[in-house]
Amino acid sequence: MYVAVKGGETAIENAHQLLAEERRGDPDVAEIELTQIDEQLGLAVDRVMTEGSLYDRRLAALAVKQARGDVIEAVFLLRAYRTTLPRFGASEPIDTARMEIRRRISATFKDLPGGQILGPTFDYTHRLIDFDLAEPSDDAPEAPLAETPVNDAMPRVNELLESEGLLERAAPPEDDPEPFDLTREPMSFPAGRDQHLQNLARGDEGFLLALGYSTQRGFGRNHPFAGEIRMGEVAVEFVPEELGFAVELGDITVSECQMVTQFTGSKEAPPQFTQGYGLAFGFCERKTMAMALVDRALRAEEFGEAVEYPAQDSEFVLYHSDNVEAQGFVSHLKLPHYVDFQAELTLVRRLRADYEQAHRQEAAE
Amino acid sequence: MLGNSSDDASNAARKRWIGVLARTDLDTLEDSYATLSPLPKHAILRKSETGLVMVRGRANGTGQKFNAGEMTVTRCSVRIPSGMVGHAYVAGRSRRHAELAAIFDALLQDPDHAAGIEDNLIAPSALALAEARQLKQRKAAATKVDFFTMVRGEDPA
Repeated sequence: MYVAVKGGETAIENAHQLLAEERRGDPDVAEIELTQIDEQLGLAVDRVMTEGSLYDRRLAALAVKQARGDVIEAVFLLRAYRTTLPRFGASEPIDTARMEIRRRISATFKDLPGGQILGPTFDYTHRLIDFDLAEPSDDAPEAPLAETPVNDAMPRVNELLESEGLLERAAPPEDDPEPFDLTREPMSFPAGRDQHLQNLARGDEGFLLALGYSTQRGFGRNHPFAGEIRMGEVAVEFVPEELGFAVELGDITVSECQMVTQFTGSKEAPPQFTQGYGLAFGFCERKTMAMALVDRALRAEEFGEAVEYPAQDSEFVLYHSDNVEAQGFVSHLKLPHYVDFQAELTLVRRLRADYEQAHRQEAAE
Repeated sequence: MLGNSSDDASNAARKRWIGVLARTDLDTLEDSYATLSPLPKHAILRKSETGLVMVRGRANGTGQKFNAGEMTVTRCSVRIPSGMVGHAYVAGRSRRHAELAAIFDALLQDPDHAAGIEDNLIAPSALALAEARQLKQRKAAATKVDFFTMVRGEDPA
């Protein structure tokens, strides 16, 4: 129970001014610019866009600045901003097979067509602090150039397995139905895969990472391989009513992960590999891997597997993955609960008195 | 609707330039617009406004559709004196970008302007975009792994 309390206006106003001063920091230090955040802290921007569920680099950079680098606060700012805008419609599904590849690896096939493209990865770095970065440098690093660019269209690794019938077919259901939209409909159960993929796509990376990890450690049936991970730019197509044909709005950067998991078969389905899918805005590879693990775990019922662990429980996962909702409910504990607490205090005092009286009697006997 | 042919070939041509205009940076559009003489007077049919488009994906890349997340998009519609109507839908929040893209979309449907704008704006911009893309793809290609097999113990005869 919350009680309307008057007062504190001046304290709040002053607190906001103090926040503004601390956000700016030492005025002798140059103020950070949005292009610097976008260019040099780009992965923070990517994460804020992904979990904020809104692709707009500059806006996400501004949110990071306003939130003083607090990623979840920045995500909250983006979610709040999107509610102020009208919805023009939905895009055509992006075609990640036509991605302009900047990174593409497979842990299942060494010699895949198109090759293993490492791209701008932290993998194989030694994770030693690089003190050369401590001071700005005049020499901009330059990446080497190959003679021949990577192929425009690279076949999906999974097509190799699909063509042999060894992988569940990933075809649209009959009539290719309009997907569930969490921004317009309340959560409903049992949740379809469209609903859970949307939920996971904007879900908290830390939560999904821990859940994905739990499936690997035995809290879920999952023995996956990273069939393919890719990152790069895809065109977004949209059909404006006034034109009647699809036009390109521009390109967005996305990361995608396809996990393949062995499946021993059921009465209906032969033994084959099944898939878990991860997709995120920007370069959020760890997020897409975690998402793919959890996506596959949530498909347990579909494959007749026992639902025994948290990562397989769709109500548990979908209701707790959203960090804006989660922080809202946790943070509400900061609101005044003075009357609630007074009531509990009275109760505990009375119980305590009863308890002490009982002990005194016991001692006397 | 004036100027909106349903012919597939002209739709394909228009789709191409709309895609180029959406990706061309604002400075380039402004510079190109400033060189038009006389500056075409255009009527605003729909003022530039920013909104959202829900980006969709498919499960496993090719399966069931799902909503992946939204993006900001700005749209605008104009009419030029010759009667041609131009539309723009551009990623991001730049109202001016959408307005200029809509003006160019209208002008490109106008036989008096089409060739000039194609030569001075669309073709060079498409080339610059392709070059930037190629540079990016050459950098990516330099990170391609060349596997080699270690010979272990056997007689390499």
